[in-house]
Amino acid sequence: MHVWEFTLVVAAVSALAGFLGALTGLGGGVVITPVLTLLLGVDLRYAIGATLISVIATSSGAAAAYVREGYSNIRIGMFLEIATTCGAILGAYLAVRTPTSALAVIFGGVLLYSAWVSSRGHMDQHPDPPPDRLATALRFHGSYPAPDGLRSYRVTRVKSGFALMFGAGTLSGLLGIGSGALKVIAMDQAMRIPFKVSTTTSNFMIGVTAAASAGVYLNRGYVDPELAMPVMLGVLAGSAIGARYLPRAHTGRLRTLFALVVGLLALEMIYSGLAGRLR
Amino acid sequence: MPGRWNDELVERVIGSLLRFGVLLAAMVVLGGGIALLVGHGGQGTHYAVFRGEPSSLRSIPAIAGGAFGGDPRSIVQFGLLLLIATPVARVAFSVVAFWLEKDRMYVAITAVVLAVLVFSLTGGYRG
Repeated sequence: MHVWEFTLVVAAVSALAGFLGALTGLGGGVVITPVLTLLLGVDLRYAIGATLISVIATSSGAAAAYVREGYSNIRIGMFLEIATTCGAILGAYLAVRTPTSALAVIFGGVLLYSAWVSSRGHMDQHPDPPPDRLATALRFHGSYPAPDGLRSYRVTRVKSGFALMFGAGTLSGLLGIGSGALKVIAMDQAMRIPFKVSTTTSNFMIGVTAAASAGVYLNRGYVDPELAMPVMLGVLAGSAIGARYLPRAHTGRLRTLFALVVGLLALEMIYSGLAGRLR
Repeated sequence: MPGRWNDELVERVIGSLLRFGVLLAAMVVLGGGIALLVGHGGQGTHYAVFRGEPSSLRSIPAIAGGAFGGDPRSIVQFGLLLLIATPVARVAFSVVAFWLEKDRMYVAITAVVLAVLVFSLTGGYRG
């Protein structure tokens, strides 16, 4: 394939992934790496480098919109970013030492898990958790706009959340993904932050986390400009259109379908890794 | 006028900052990408085998040098650098904002995040 054709194909795939990722909340990055490696024969390391860049693009693009709506909690985000950025550097450090086949299997596992999590329901509101001294000292408790006015919330289990975030950051650096699903679990399940605040704050954090591992990937020569260009521009365009459609779209069935596609890609990724087809 | 700085205003400024950064990066990448395709569009692709990028595309000074020298690949890479810099700028701005809010604890927390990012981007890590 010539660079021209290849660029157009990758841009189209990335735009579609960005569009569906924005509509379903799964993020576009998760499908691009498997598509690039399994369907287009790109080396996993180049694919991870390019996808990581696109993750920053969608995170910053989406965060710009969310931040102004007053959902995300900057203090929680900043504090947890200490964990995610350190984890991301560790992950990127491990990535350059891990065999590609093993990376593929881990990638597939995380993908499968993300698909499962996103197809499950969630609690919109948690019963008031027991007070956590650390959360109070860090001034995490806040409020967010709800249909019936500002709704306040309290945060708990900061230490577990911090540890889980370190893990999410490590996976993000290892696999070049945003690991938004894992971040939301740390905030939603462990720290009992309302779902809307968790998702938007997580989105806010993804870009910073990805920037930390991007530095390592760049220095290691994983970021190829010819490949990253169509991925970044495609995902950006696709997710911008997706975000515009979101308020009008009926995402229930689409979500299930997309989770199914991601699940299949995940299985294929695990199989390729085990069969040693990805060098 | 430190009293005028509150979380809401900070979040609004951060939102605009992120939007501007992404837009600027996308324009630079698009410009470099078009030049790249015009120049090398007919060549074959080389992604199946990993060789790693040349050192001219790996470090910030080398990329900036190449970009201002007009090399299309360096221009695209420079655009990607701008994109990576967007969340970093957001963190840097937050340090200043928390300072203006006189929130010392969060000045320290945010400064740690910024230090980790700078460490990563300047290649303080060599592995």
